[in-house]
Amino acid sequence: MSQQRPLVIPSQRTPGKEELPYTPVLLKSISENSKTFSRMHSNSNSQFENENSPLPDFIRNTSSQRSTSSIQSIYSKASSGHSPLPEFIRSTSSQRSTSSIQSIHSKASSGHSVREVSFELGSKPSVRHGSMGADSERFGSSYKEINDQDARLVYPNDPEKTNEKFEFARNSIRTGKYSILTFLPRNLFEQFHRVAYIYFLAIAILNQVPQLAVFGREASILPLAFVLLVTAVKDAYEDYRRHRSDNIENNRLGWVLVNDQFQQKKWKDIRVGEIIKVSANETLPCDMVLLSTSDTTGVAYIQTTNLDGESNLKTRYAKQETQMKNPEKEKITGLIKCEKPNRNIYGFQANMEIDGKRVSLGPSNIILRGCELRNTNWALGIAVYAGRETKAMLNNSGAPSKRSRLETKMNREIIYLSIFLVVLCTIISVCHGVWLRRHKEDLIMIPISLYISMELVRVGQAYFMIRDNRMFDEATNSRFQCRALNINEDLGQIKYVFSDKTGTLTENKMEFQCASIGGVDYSGGKAVAEDEQTGYSTRVDGQVFKPKMRVKVDPELLSLSKQKHTDEGRHVRDFFVALATCNTIVPLTVETSDPDLKLIDYQGESPDEQALVYAAAAYGYMLIERTSGHIVIDIQGERQRFNVLGLHEFDSDRKRMSVILGCSDDTFKVFVKGADTTMFNVIDRSLNSNIVKATEDHLHSYSSNGLRTLVVGKRDLSASEFEQWQSSYEKASTAVMGRAALLRKVAYNIENSLSILGASAIEDKLQQGVPEAIESLRNAGIKVWVLTGDKQETAISIGYSSKLLTSKMTQIVVNNNSKESCKKGLEDALVMCKKLTNDSDTTRGNSGARTTEIALVIDGTSLVHILDTELEEKLFEVASKCTVVLCCRVAPLQKAGIVALMKKRANEMTLAIGDGANDVSMIQMADVGIGISGQEGRQAVMASDFAMGQFRFLVPLLLVHGHWNYQRMSYMILYNFYRNALLVLVLFWYALFTGFTLTTAITDWSSVLYSVIYTSLPTIVVGILDKDLSRTTLLRYPQLYGTGQRQESYNGKLFWVMIMDTLWQSVAAFFAPLLAYWESDIDGSSIGDLWIIAVVILVNLHLAMDIIRWYWITHAAVWGSIVATFICVMVIDALPFLPGYWAFFHVADTKLFWACLLGITIAALVPRFVVKIFIQYFRPDDIQISREAEKVENSRESRDAEIEMNPIFDPPRR
Amino acid sequence: MKEDDPTVLKAEYSPSDGWRLTKIESSPEELTRVDEAEEKFTQQELPACKPILTPGLVITTLISIGIIFVPIGLGSLSASEHVVEIVDRYDDACIPSNGDDEAAKRERLSFIQNAKTNKTCIRNLVVPKKMKHPIHVYYQLDNFYQNHRRYVKSRSDRQYRSPGSEGDTKTCAPESEVDDHRPIVPCGLIAWSLFNDTYGISTKDNPILINKKDIAWPSDKNSKFGSNVYPKNFQKQDPVGGGKLNESLPLSEQEDLLVWMRTAALPNFRKLYGRIETDLEADEKITVVIQNNYNTYSFDSKKQLVLSTTTWIGGKNDFLGKAYISVGGTCLFLAIAFILTYVIKPRPLGDPAYLSWNLNSATR
Repeated sequence: MSQQRPLVIPSQRTPGKEELPYTPVLLKSISENSKTFSRMHSNSNSQFENENSPLPDFIRNTSSQRSTSSIQSIYSKASSGHSPLPEFIRSTSSQRSTSSIQSIHSKASSGHSVREVSFELGSKPSVRHGSMGADSERFGSSYKEINDQDARLVYPNDPEKTNEKFEFARNSIRTGKYSILTFLPRNLFEQFHRVAYIYFLAIAILNQVPQLAVFGREASILPLAFVLLVTAVKDAYEDYRRHRSDNIENNRLGWVLVNDQFQQKKWKDIRVGEIIKVSANETLPCDMVLLSTSDTTGVAYIQTTNLDGESNLKTRYAKQETQMKNPEKEKITGLIKCEKPNRNIYGFQANMEIDGKRVSLGPSNIILRGCELRNTNWALGIAVYAGRETKAMLNNSGAPSKRSRLETKMNREIIYLSIFLVVLCTIISVCHGVWLRRHKEDLIMIPISLYISMELVRVGQAYFMIRDNRMFDEATNSRFQCRALNINEDLGQIKYVFSDKTGTLTENKMEFQCASIGGVDYSGGKAVAEDEQTGYSTRVDGQVFKPKMRVKVDPELLSLSKQKHTDEGRHVRDFFVALATCNTIVPLTVETSDPDLKLIDYQGESPDEQALVYAAAAYGYMLIERTSGHIVIDIQGERQRFNVLGLHEFDSDRKRMSVILGCSDDTFKVFVKGADTTMFNVIDRSLNSNIVKATEDHLHSYSSNGLRTLVVGKRDLSASEFEQWQSSYEKASTAVMGRAALLRKVAYNIENSLSILGASAIEDKLQQGVPEAIESLRNAGIKVWVLTGDKQETAISIGYSSKLLTSKMTQIVVNNNSKESCKKGLEDALVMCKKLTNDSDTTRGNSGARTTEIALVIDGTSLVHILDTELEEKLFEVASKCTVVLCCRVAPLQKAGIVALMKKRANEMTLAIGDGANDVSMIQMADVGIGISGQEGRQAVMASDFAMGQFRFLVPLLLVHGHWNYQRMSYMILYNFYRNALLVLVLFWYALFTGFTLTTAITDWSSVLYSVIYTSLPTIVVGILDKDLSRTTLLRYPQLYGTGQRQESYNGKLFWVMIMDTLWQSVAAFFAPLLAYWESDIDGSSIGDLWIIAVVILVNLHLAMDIIRWYWITHAAVWGSIVATFICVMVIDALPFLPGYWAFFHVADTKLFWACLLGITIAALVPRFVVKIFIQYFRPDDIQISREAEKVENSRESRDAEIEMNPIFDPPRR
Repeated sequence: MKEDDPTVLKAEYSPSDGWRLTKIESSPEELTRVDEAEEKFTQQELPACKPILTPGLVITTLISIGIIFVPIGLGSLSASEHVVEIVDRYDDACIPSNGDDEAAKRERLSFIQNAKTNKTCIRNLVVPKKMKHPIHVYYQLDNFYQNHRRYVKSRSDRQYRSPGSEGDTKTCAPESEVDDHRPIVPCGLIAWSLFNDTYGISTKDNPILINKKDIAWPSDKNSKFGSNVYPKNFQKQDPVGGGKLNESLPLSEQEDLLVWMRTAALPNFRKLYGRIETDLEADEKITVVIQNNYNTYSFDSKKQLVLSTTTWIGGKNDFLGKAYISVGGTCLFLAIAFILTYVIKPRPLGDPAYLSWNLNSATR
């Protein structure tokens, strides 16, 4: 039983169909294992304190039953890693030994999948153990007993019993907001968030009281009803679409075990507890625990693109206990106890009792709704969460309705205006002695027409954004999409941009760029034409194998790699062997249409490694086969087999990985690959100091080009060294407690005195124009944060290549895994920030620009402890002092949490941009959500407000369209308040002279037409077309974007200035005719015509004064409106049944009329004109200066044309 | 990606697969044929004029406003000066009892409301300056809210226009019909309250003819009031409001009514009574015989007789002239002020050095 030698498990399988993770397996005494784990069971919380004493009180658990179950639990734990169960082990006599083997497996693989670190967002905090990291945490929590109250009990294949006590949610989903019954009340409730609507409703209700009715009961309710109806219809249609897609989803068919055979069932009828069969490439209908898969070892590959945006395959495991069962023949009885539904997609805890044994289940045993089954013919699972309780649905927070900030502000102004109106009405009422008499003037002053024109303007703006050729993505042939219409102007006020990395900033394509081998830089290879380069291929048994992806090669290096006997050749050979072996990549063979040609597809969790293996293959070192025990590499057409004796995983402390290989010539080699920072510490500089120095230089130049570098080293082990390592490795990997720490120690011992082989440089290909775009955004005063699920190193290197980080910046890194250390980390960071800013304050005196910029790098594990706790405040403080924030390893909901934090605390406009399903919650949380319609799923686009093809389009979108939209909309809102207030004030002044009875001199018809014909068109045209500055200028001076961030175009001050101006204009317009016609025989209709015409002329000239660009359309709208007003007044006065018949013609016959009109116009507008010119001249804002500059430079049009070709739109130099 | 493939993709959503792109067939020509004008429009590059307020433009504007306004102001001021006006308030004088106590008020009311009392009243006026014909004779009512909401609405323009709409009196309350539900023509408060003082003017012993023809707007006579609509049931019922109408004349001929029905815009208003077609010499004494019928005593109102000549700006009113002169003067002043400031503190237009971020870095 006690074998002392490491045992390499040979693979029974051919590489291609499924692959085995390379897992070295050692056997050790079973009894020791069971004892230790028993102890863990009894004393799980203190397990780490005495982790070095592996023989605890085993006495407590004497009962054999107990120890068996504990073994099972360990076993299950183990299998959460990679647990291939080769046949020969199964054939060993006892079940017990199997499990112990498995437990050892777990060691090797645990910690490998760092993704399984659980993020406890919104779910109850699980046990966290200080600094032990993921490994220990998983051990701790996986065995945690789940309380019966907290648990959900699922009886496999017995949905009746499962659902007996609690009706678990069915699998039907509903993403629609409303049902037929709730539509009306809920929709109305949402719509009445607009303050003005409530106001209108109040007016309309008052109008229903006959005594107070000022004008027709119907007429008062109609405009409101119309607007409500239009919005309701729009909402209903959107909801209908959602219902329809729900319906399709709910009626999809899945295979469900009914009466011992699989039958097709609609998704919505699937119940918790049922056994479901999923075939390859099918989408999973609900969250289910894997029972068995087509793979003998119970592996299932799933793609989680829909869930977290990652496109590489993940492995999930069925338990051995269930893997062997065939539910069609043999009834599975048992009980699964699992936690209540929660939204943590990386965590799952459950126990399964089966055949009297208890097995613990972890995140790697569950497959989630929305994922797809890949490379696995079929998989069986028990539904544990269905419908709205699935993790996917729980993570779908539902689209909140967004409202633009301008509109929110406008609501406030409307409240002011309401108060103002109530005051006006009260004055009149008091004077008249009748309370509560209101008038339709109210309806005009807070104009429902404003909402209509705002909507129209937004449609127009959206049209121009969509049609903008500069936001047309030629690669995917997709235009910009506006999916939400009511937040266009927010694009002009963005202060924070939260960006996803993969697929947004980068193309998610790693490319091997160059290498430095033996101190020689090989970075040529660009010139090789693809056509000539057929790529490396090898021929075996008449079949040609080719790597799936081609890599450009350096011809010099290629020829070197073929030399076997030179020094350089050997060096190169070692380098590429290291690249091909020292990784976790699994080769898959893909059939092609040509039966003789097979492609080799390298699958793995790390795209860097993929790139390196492809590169090695291109130079003739093709990884053909990998099992846990050996690796087969085709070296220049010659197959070589290496035994994998041990492998030290990558971890974030060492920042390197190593593999110990037994070569065919019975030598032992260790290959190490890792980040330069840690690698140079373990490289023996005395061996090849020149090479080391040269490599360092190369590395420096690579990384300053934004390439991701790795250093490769190797050491030949002597037999004694090997033995020593082997025994300690064996001990460490069979240790029960603190295995990770022990293994790390072993790794430290072996990874030293390396000789350097070289360094590789990989380009994480940025999307076109990303660095330039980021620079523009930064100049515009927008803070760009990158939130990524990637590793910290990756995130930082992308930060450098995208110019987000610069070498001048001070980096503050926060990655802790306890609350206390987070707190401390943040406090330190804060102190540091203060110090740096103070320093720069003092030094700023002469140097000018900001001297110190701070970049904060924080990881998801820390954020777990920070978000939603009191530490948030500190994080916010630190973050707001930083120029750049990088968050790595964050879960989708954490992304949303960060956005929410900044949105809430900073009270600034936020924009989130992303392309994957993992960005959905962030996109919905931010004020403006943008989806990249790239290759990945469409969820981000679905959830977004705007969708576009590439990240760089953000620049024209924000800087140009956002600026325009904001300027236009702000001006339009102010102007609309003005134009309505002006008329109302004129009517109000008149009320003072009618015994406070609110007679209108202006005919009702004109009052209605005022906002429909007389003044509506110019404001809409200006709102859509007017441009304060040209695109060229806006892009040349990104700082101009600041006007939106500082809310310079719409704020309280401007509002009140506008009110004062309106007051004066109304006084001029009203009192000039009043005094001119005082004690004359003027009749009401005539003076009314004078007033309305004066007001219309004022309103349109006021607009004309502010128009910046006069197009023929603008001319037509402005002057056309005035002409239209005259025509309308004439037409109205030509209707004999109205009291004012012929009044206009009568009054227009007098010179006094025209004199009044001219006088009013000039007198009313002169103050505005003068204030405007004085402000423009003495306090010019940036926009004004730039406008003048545009005008001045008009003569140099030709130069402008060149600048129009801004570097942003040129493909970046590669 | 296929860059040279000009197909249009259409995105279709299905919950299972998310969005799926399908191709829409379209020929390349269709896409490459771009209407240039449309291109300019969609790219927001339409040719535009972008005026900015240069100092020259500003000064020119201000000065030209001044140059136009001051003369107009002076002109209208002098026109107003040339208007000769005789205003005579007679409501107090033409009533026997004056005083503020309740008794006097009651007495005044009973006097004016009694149809039998002799309401003739004689006023002697002196012409201050020579008045050239035509001299307009107005009556002026002060504090008379002919623009009161209910008052202005109490009319039926349809009824006045055609005999067929005789019963169209819904809007005329409270003067819509007599007790036995026969409609009043013309109905409504406005007509009911028709002004009915009369004036007879004479110099020494020669009566001066007041021409009451064409005092109403021709449009009112021709179209607004029907030539075949005759007064009916008018002022037949208490309370009697004002003047009575000759039932044998159609409404379109009743010019006093037509003038009265053009409700005044303001509470102090004049209405045309007639025109004197002869000149009046300066210092000429004229005698006005007033039939003081109209009851303004029940509310606090004034009645005045006005004789006035007119010019192009209407009656005597200095406001417009003064307003024009002050606006024009202000503009000239501002123009000078602006010229001075421009000379003292010039700022080059469009100098990027003035951009806020450039200013900030310069000061630091």
